[in-house]
This record gives sequence, structure tokens and C-alpha cells, in this order.
Amino acid sequence: MRDKAVLEMKNIHKSFPGVRALQAVDFTLCEGEIHALMGENGAGKSTLIKVLTGVYSKDSGDIFLKGHDKAVAIHSPQDAQNLGISTVYQEITLCPNLSVAENMFIGRTKGFGQNWKKMNAEADRILKSLDIPAKATQQLGSCSLAVQQMIAIGRAVDMDCKVLILDEPTSSLDEGEVEKLFKLMRDLKAKGVGIIFVTHFLDQVYEVCDKITVLRDGQLVGEYEIENLPRVQLVSKMLGKELDDMSDIKSEQSTYKDSDNNAPVFEAAGLCSDAGIKLFDFYIKKGEVNGFTGLLGSGRSECVRAIFGADRITGGTVKKNGKTVKITKPIDAMKNGIAYLPEDRKRDGIVGDLSVRDNIILALQVMQGFFKPISKAQAYKYADEYIKLLSIKTASADTPIKSLSGGNQQKVLIGRWLLTHPEYLILDEPTRGIDVGTKIDIQKLVLKLASEGMSVTFISSETDEMLRTCSRLVVMRDRKVVGELSGEDLTQNKIMSTIAGGDK
Amino acid sequence: MKDMKTKFSVKNIFRNQIFIPIAAMLLLLIFNLILDPSFFKVTLGYNSAGNPVLSGYLITILDSGSELAILAIGMTLVTAATGGQDISVGATAAIAGSVILRVLCGGNSRPEHMQAPIIVAFLVAVLASMLCGAFNGILVAYFKIQPMVATLILYTAGRSIAAWINNNELPVISDESFSYFGGFIPGICIPTPFLIALLCIIVTVLVMKFTTLGLYTQAVGINEHSSKLNGLNPIFIKFITFVILGVCVAVVGLIKVSRISTINYSVIAKDIEMDAILAVALGGNALGGGKFNMTASIIGAYVIQCLTTTLYKFNVQSDALPAYKAVVVILLVVSSAPTVRAWFTKTWAGITAKNVKEVG
Repeated sequence: MRDKAVLEMKNIHKSFPGVRALQAVDFTLCEGEIHALMGENGAGKSTLIKVLTGVYSKDSGDIFLKGHDKAVAIHSPQDAQNLGISTVYQEITLCPNLSVAENMFIGRTKGFGQNWKKMNAEADRILKSLDIPAKATQQLGSCSLAVQQMIAIGRAVDMDCKVLILDEPTSSLDEGEVEKLFKLMRDLKAKGVGIIFVTHFLDQVYEVCDKITVLRDGQLVGEYEIENLPRVQLVSKMLGKELDDMSDIKSEQSTYKDSDNNAPVFEAAGLCSDAGIKLFDFYIKKGEVNGFTGLLGSGRSECVRAIFGADRITGGTVKKNGKTVKITKPIDAMKNGIAYLPEDRKRDGIVGDLSVRDNIILALQVMQGFFKPISKAQAYKYADEYIKLLSIKTASADTPIKSLSGGNQQKVLIGRWLLTHPEYLILDEPTRGIDVGTKIDIQKLVLKLASEGMSVTFISSETDEMLRTCSRLVVMRDRKVVGELSGEDLTQNKIMSTIAGGDK
Repeated sequence: MKDMKTKFSVKNIFRNQIFIPIAAMLLLLIFNLILDPSFFKVTLGYNSAGNPVLSGYLITILDSGSELAILAIGMTLVTAATGGQDISVGATAAIAGSVILRVLCGGNSRPEHMQAPIIVAFLVAVLASMLCGAFNGILVAYFKIQPMVATLILYTAGRSIAAWINNNELPVISDESFSYFGGFIPGICIPTPFLIALLCIIVTVLVMKFTTLGLYTQAVGINEHSSKLNGLNPIFIKFITFVILGVCVAVVGLIKVSRISTINYSVIAKDIEMDAILAVALGGNALGGGKFNMTASIIGAYVIQCLTTTLYKFNVQSDALPAYKAVVVILLVVSSAPTVRAWFTKTWAGITAKNVKEVG
């Protein structure tokens, strides 16, 4: 083993039916180091992590840990935990119906006895020390997604770990929370913990990490010191090609011009739902890309959910091409040509056990109705068409969607909605938790669709993505629409100040 | 190259959900073949009415397994959509049977002639058990009560309701034609219950082919939130699976009362709910809902009947029957568990790999 190395993975191989997920991958983590693991969708990051944590068993290769002479055998997450390897996954894997304290200590107590009082007190201490706004006895499900994520980290941190794996921990955190997390990571680093940080946010990598290991198509590209690898090079290494400057996209911004038709396609007045947003007005024109922006929890998603009829509508009217339409359920919206890609892919988007094919045809099938099933041959045709169009990486159209990587799942869901040929496509955080290459693909796709006359609402936590794609931004604060920006006003500063409420 | 192909297909057979029930069926048949080949003897004889009938153990299995197979259809759908099971089907079958007798007898427990056409009686029974299904469905889908708890209500009350429908009398239908449904239609040597089951299976196949019921129930069972955002109404879909099960139950009720031309409220279709759930499980379907394989469930139903008949054949006392059954069920269920199946696949891969080496 290398000096100071706490973890060494050598020559790891792993394959799934039809896919070689990892081929001869090496990975070394040193004491007191924050090590970024980067790569595109399906590059093998998650697989490598899951091999390390015992979720998958490797086909071949060795894992060495500091303090063990021989290669260690990790057959289950429990093994990994006992060896001091803790993980916080991208998707929260805690139990929402248990209390915060129970979640923090689940699977960690020895024997059958449980001192509840002590456990709660201990949990409260950890929460306090990490500045997590939750109570030990609170039900986990009642915390926000961000707080749940922090609790998951708290749980991992509290287990005496030598290797801490953070798999996309920041994708649902806002900036302040990310800062807190980074502070925590630096503290742990100072204590000598080795941290593996998996993320798609380049800024964050350059903010906290010391080293970067890049994977591509299941193979190791290389390990780099952070100062020796400028961003552009990192991206090109991940993609395996020289990338033209990403801001190129901007020049392609929606070119759809139809001077005769300046009236909005969809128009909402005084809309509100039981999800707790204030009344809002809204319109979108043909071929326009607009966006909702605002901090986490500002009501962006609730707005688009109201337009789609996903929550119970409590008031307001929606007009399509000037005619009032009644939208109270998703099916009404779909029949009126609205498509909605939800924010939480795992909970609201994919139907995990069903095949890619069934997932693609689902929405169209529902629109066609109960007595008009899409034939198997036709379904395969549709699936193959969209797998090709969106270059979805899957072993076949029959593969269950849950075995695809996050970005590919997202592409399947986009395919599902494109298949319904909507006039108005709502994308709520379509780029969350997916890699740079796919992010760019999706942004380009949005602009292409708009240039063909589709209206698109694009919501993203990354403002620069929205600046690149949207020609008009609706700004939200505290579940209320507080402003609208377009043209010259579309700059980072202006958005920030509108979100914050003026230039004060 | 050819070897590769066969190896792959063997692997796929192990993976295929339908493998377990078929393997179980084959094992039972082979067991019988070795111990007593007369198990497979089918003879054509004449019954007391002088009609040609087939008889033999295989015919018994097809005959007696019908009710279970019909219930397995509905139970599979309920399981897939709600992730729970309906334990009231036996009691509801009693209600359906009781309704049929009540309509046919018209209040007189020993009528000389039937007071209404059988089809009318049957349709009333269908309506009654669809109502029972709807009751369960509303509790489960709308009030979100766990299926087992919700259906416990009718499980408990069903047989009393059935008795109450006929004022606690035991009406007897003496008309010959009523017994056709549980016996033989003159001139046809195949037991009618099997024909009815076949008809139900055909209808199910058509429904699966010409509607999207399969996709919808699976989608709702796997991810309710997502289904809702794709325009489905999960509440209605869960509800409708219970109603469909209700129709299956009515058919079972008809066969059951027709078999004996009367009814015994506490015994009719007793414990059939457990066998129906078992059929679904034996078919390799997750009782937690989601993906399902209807064919596997139906084969599972006949496996259970095959087991029961085999045990009877070897003169196992009817009191001891459940215990023997349990042992076999443990074996079947354990061998169909994913971990054990993975082990099978792995071992098989090991064996074939060794063979290849030896050959090489």
C-alpha cells in the first residue's frame, strides 16, 4: 500500500448482464484527503462505490484497508460499516416513518436492549454539533429533503469511520447548507478521515477536493492532483473528447420566431393549489423557454405542479389558446398537451420494476386509454426510437429501468413525455444529479424542441443553466411570484437580487 | 457457439418466473409416476345418469383445482395493485352461493321447480360479490386501510351474512340442470368446473391483450406517485381489482353450490383464501405487489390441487393433510425465493463451466 493510504482498490472488475460496469479499475484514498470521483452517467462511479460498500459483490480484484494485512472481504453493507466505511447515498435511503434518532442508530445497536432516552439524547447531541435543524424524536419524513440528507450524513459521521463516502450529497441542498456540509467535510479531513466525494457540481469539486479520479465507460482514466487539472481538461477527460466551450449553447438560444402568433399558448390566472403556494398568474408562448427560479422551497415545483394538476387545485383558471380548459388532474393536463417531468425522479418519475419500454410508453398509453393497448411490436418501436434519439445507455428495451444510471433514467422519462408529443413540456430539475455530458444534451434538446415550436418550462437549481436556456425567468420567494426577468435583465446578479428582494 | 446458446437458455429458464411452479408440478407428477403410475390413468365411464364422463386422478385435479385457479386470477391482480391480499374470498363465495340458492328457491327451502333461471340467479350473485369486492376496494383504495385488515371484516362476517340470506336454512335444489355447473353437462365428458375455469382463463387472456389492465395494475403497484403523475387514478385501479376479484368469487360460489346442490355455510370454500394466496406466491409473484405473471399464478393453483390430490391418494388422513401440505409448501416457497434461485443459477453455471473445462 502507498504511504498514508487508508483504502486501496486494485484491478476491480464487475459486470452486469450485457454491461461491463467496471474494468480493471484502481482507486486509492489517503488519510485526510477529500477525493472526488468523477465521470459521466454509467461511467461506473456508483458501481465502484457499491462494490466498496458491499452492495454489489465484485467479480474480481482486491480491496486493501489500512490496518489489515490482507485484502478485506466485503460482502454486505454491514461488513463495510464494521470496517469503518460509511456511506451517504444520492437518494436518501433512510426510513421516513421512523424518528430521526431511530434513523441515526438503526442497525448499529448491539444486542436487543435499547435505551431510548440515551439514544435520543445522543442523537440530539450529534444534531446540535452539526447544526442540523431537527429534533431527535421528530419523524424523519416530516423533515425537508435537505435536512434528511444532513441527517444521513450525521449518521455516517457518527459511526467511527475511516472512509466516508458521499454520493451526490449536495444535489438537494441549497448553498448555505452546502457550505455547512463543506465545513463539516474539512473538519473531518483534519481529523484524518478519508472522504470520497461523488458529485456532478464542478464548482464544488474545485472548492473542497484535493484529488480527482476520473472514470469513463467503466475504466480508469486517471488520478490527478486538483491543481494540475483545470476544469476544461477535467470535462474533456470525463467526456473523452475535447469539448467546445459549454457557453456555446447560449448562441443557439431559441430561434423560434412566429410573429403572427404572439398570444400565449397557455395562460393561467389566479392559480393556486393545496400545496401551499400563493395565487399566481402565468403565461407561455409558442416556442418559448421560460423558467421558475428561487431558493429551495420557494414554491417553484408547486407552481408547475399546479399547472399540471398534480396537486389539488383550489382556484384559478387556465386558458389554452385563449379558451378556458379545465385541468384538475394530470390526465386533463396531458390531454391538453402538457407534459411534466417531476423533480423527484425516484419517487414520482420512474416505475422501477418495469422495463425501459413500459416506462417509455406509459404516459402515451394512459392517454390512449384503457381499451387501446399499444401492441408489443409498436412499443418496441417507440422504445427503440427514443433509446436511439436520446442515446440512452441500456442493455435492452426490456431492462428494468431501476438498473439504469440516474441520467439514463432521466432520459427515459424525457422520452416518455416526448412520445406524447406535448405542446408544452415542463421539466422540473431535469439535470439534477446527472453528469455534465447529459446536462448539456438535455439543454440542447430543450432549445431544439423550442425551435420546433414546443413551449418549455425549465427549472434548475443551477442558475447558469437557466440563463443558458431560458428567455424569461419567473422569480419566486416564499411561495410567491416576486418578479419576472427577461432580455437584458437576465444576469446572475439581477436574479440574485430579485430573489433576495431588491438591492438592499 | 451452440453450447453458448444452450447455456444461456438454461440460465434463463432458472431466471424465468414460471420455472418454479412448472418445476414443482413436474416433481409432483414424477413422484406419482414412480410410486404409482396408475395416477395417470384416465378412464371413460358413465355416471349414474348414464352420461359419459372421464375419471382418474388427473381429471380430479383439473376438476377440483378450478375454483382455486379462478380465484388466483383475481387474487393476482389485487396483489399486484395493492401489495396486499383479500382474505375474505372464501366467505364472499359463501355469500355468492347463498344468493344463488335464495334466488333459485325464492324463499322456499325445498322448491320443486327453480323459481328463476339459473343465469338470473348467477347475475344477482355476481352483483352481490362485486358489491363485497367494492366494499373491500373502497376500504383499501380510498381509506388506505391495509388489505388484510380491511378484508378481515368480510372474512369474519361473510358466513353469517350468507346464512342470514337464507334465514339460516339449507335450501336444496333438486333440479338436475343445476348440478351441471359442478359436475358434467350431459354428453360432455369433461368436468364443467374445468370448462368454466378455462373460460375464465380465456377471458383473462383477452382482457390482458385488449386492455391495459396489466400495465396499469403493475405501475400502480410499483410506484403509486409516479402512476398518478402519468395520468392514472391509483385509487380507481386498486378499487377495480377488488371488483374483478368479486366476479371471480361469484363464479366460484356458483361451482361450489352446484357441486352439492345445497350449501353448508361454515364449510363452503373454507380456507380457500389461503390456497389462493399461496397460488399467487407459488407463481413467484411478489406478495408486496408490482410485477406479476398471471400464467404462473394459475399453474400455481393447479400445483396446490395436484399436491392435495396426491396426498389424498396416499391415504393421508384429512385432518393430517394440512401438516403434510405445509411441509411441501415450505420446500416450494423456499426454493422459489430469489436467493435460492440465484444459488441455483450460480451452481448451474459452475457445473457447466466445469464441463467445458473437462471437454477442453
